[in-house]
Amino acid sequence: MSNVLNFTSVDKSFGGLRVIDNVSFNVKKDSRTALIGPNGAGKTTIFNLLSGIYEVDKGSIILDKNDITNIPARKRINMGMSRSFQNIRLMPHLSTLENVMLGQHHLANSTKENFFPLGLIKRNKWAARAEQALINAGLETYPGQVVSELPYGIQKRIEVVRALVSNPKLLLLDEPAAGLNSTETKELQTLLENVSTTGTTLFVVEHDMNFVRNLCQHVVVLNFGKKIFEGTPDEVAKDPQVLEAYLGGNDDNAP
Amino acid sequence: MSAYMTGIIIILCLNIIIAYSVFLPAAAGQLNLGAAGFMIIGAYTDAYLSSADEGLGLPILLTIPIAALFTGLVGFLMSFPILRTKGVYMILATFAFAEIVAGIVLNMEIVGGASGFPVTTHAELEVLLPITVGVIVFGFYLISTRFGLSMRSIHDDENVSLLFGVNTHLVKVGAFTIGAFLGGLAGALYGHQFDYIEVQNWGILFSIYVLLYVLIGGTQTPWGPLVGAMFFTFIPEILRALGDATGIELLGELRFAAFGVIIVGMMVLRPEGIMTRTFLELLFRKPMPKSDISLG
Repeated sequence: MSNVLNFTSVDKSFGGLRVIDNVSFNVKKDSRTALIGPNGAGKTTIFNLLSGIYEVDKGSIILDKNDITNIPARKRINMGMSRSFQNIRLMPHLSTLENVMLGQHHLANSTKENFFPLGLIKRNKWAARAEQALINAGLETYPGQVVSELPYGIQKRIEVVRALVSNPKLLLLDEPAAGLNSTETKELQTLLENVSTTGTTLFVVEHDMNFVRNLCQHVVVLNFGKKIFEGTPDEVAKDPQVLEAYLGGNDDNAP
Repeated sequence: MSAYMTGIIIILCLNIIIAYSVFLPAAAGQLNLGAAGFMIIGAYTDAYLSSADEGLGLPILLTIPIAALFTGLVGFLMSFPILRTKGVYMILATFAFAEIVAGIVLNMEIVGGASGFPVTTHAELEVLLPITVGVIVFGFYLISTRFGLSMRSIHDDENVSLLFGVNTHLVKVGAFTIGAFLGGLAGALYGHQFDYIEVQNWGILFSIYVLLYVLIGGTQTPWGPLVGAMFFTFIPEILRALGDATGIELLGELRFAAFGVIIVGMMVLRPEGIMTRTFLELLFRKPMPKSDISLG
């Protein structure tokens, strides 16, 4: 199986603090891969490097055979990568449908599409596609409702749908299950499993280990900006280095 | 129609156009306190081109579009330095721009300097009214397009818009330029209604009023500037009429004090403006059964 992402020997420092230290890993095409680690390990920094919010100091990022290391953030979505955020970053004053239509922006970014009225003519193709994506995700909310009024769990899933309608090869999800109750987590898991059968690779930062174990086949573990382990969820759960990173053991009471 | 009513409608039309000129940038998150500056440029350009005595005497069919386009061009060029600022600093930058424009025009002898400039071609409401309707339709149209969606996305979260491929800089410059164009249009039309223009008409108070129309009306939907301009045009007149009828001094002579209280009340009760999306939804929402959203 080929890789959709090669993250090779990447360094990133802020001032004198090296937050990502020579990290390399690959994400296999059509896999569901997780990135885990204790707070401050550098997980979100890696997502920000991938989406172009930060530039790498050293190393390379290759997305599906294209080197995107120096591609500006705005153009990375064209290369087939989109993301969700740790804290909900939906547009609070836009409706559900409009938020999802923003996810299609790079597909519809021509002068003609930019100046075509989306609202006046019912069911133009973008609105219809966005609506279908919402239905596929089981979001039976008012498409016209302003998102800031919707429950947290629904907003989390709308964020996933917004990232999804851009047809990404690689979907980055930053703590998609954070703050969800068990029913909502289950619904999210079903949604993500369906997504991954349609040719989208999932790369997930997550703290909820049950969620990771149920969803992902492969796990990359970070601690203090270094990769400390990589393997299946079961291997990760047994690895002494990972346990130490999480539980902060010393040699006397090491598990 | 009485001359009084015609006068009110003329003021309303001009207020609506200038309100849209501030609303469109505001919908993209730009707070513009420079409405006066754009109006001065539009008014003086048009007056100089159209005046028979001291200007070039061109027909207004030509001078109004030229004045608006020229103001748009100035807005386009000004957008580059101004858009480097955000929030309260953008308010200061646009305010400074308006003051500089006023200062320059006050010292231009060719357009009469401080003594003002007469506009010889008078245009009736037949010209103003269709243009106003056109501006309202344009405002609704623009907000409904993907360009409008990009503007509103930038208003809410510029960085996320960028990650979804929105050319945020282009959209911001576009919104600012369109705002300047409409400001110039309002200025050009002003001269033909009142036959005389002077810089003193467009001070800081004017810009504050226009920004208030938009903020009180609401920046979330294109209904905002329309309702805001109507609110600001009609409430003082209604207060005046009430004051005449009842003889209460607070409504008559001191109506602007009462008006001030109403504005403060609006800000407390509806901080996001009169016309918010939630409010419009309450007005127009049709209960949508589950079957309605499935396309089958």
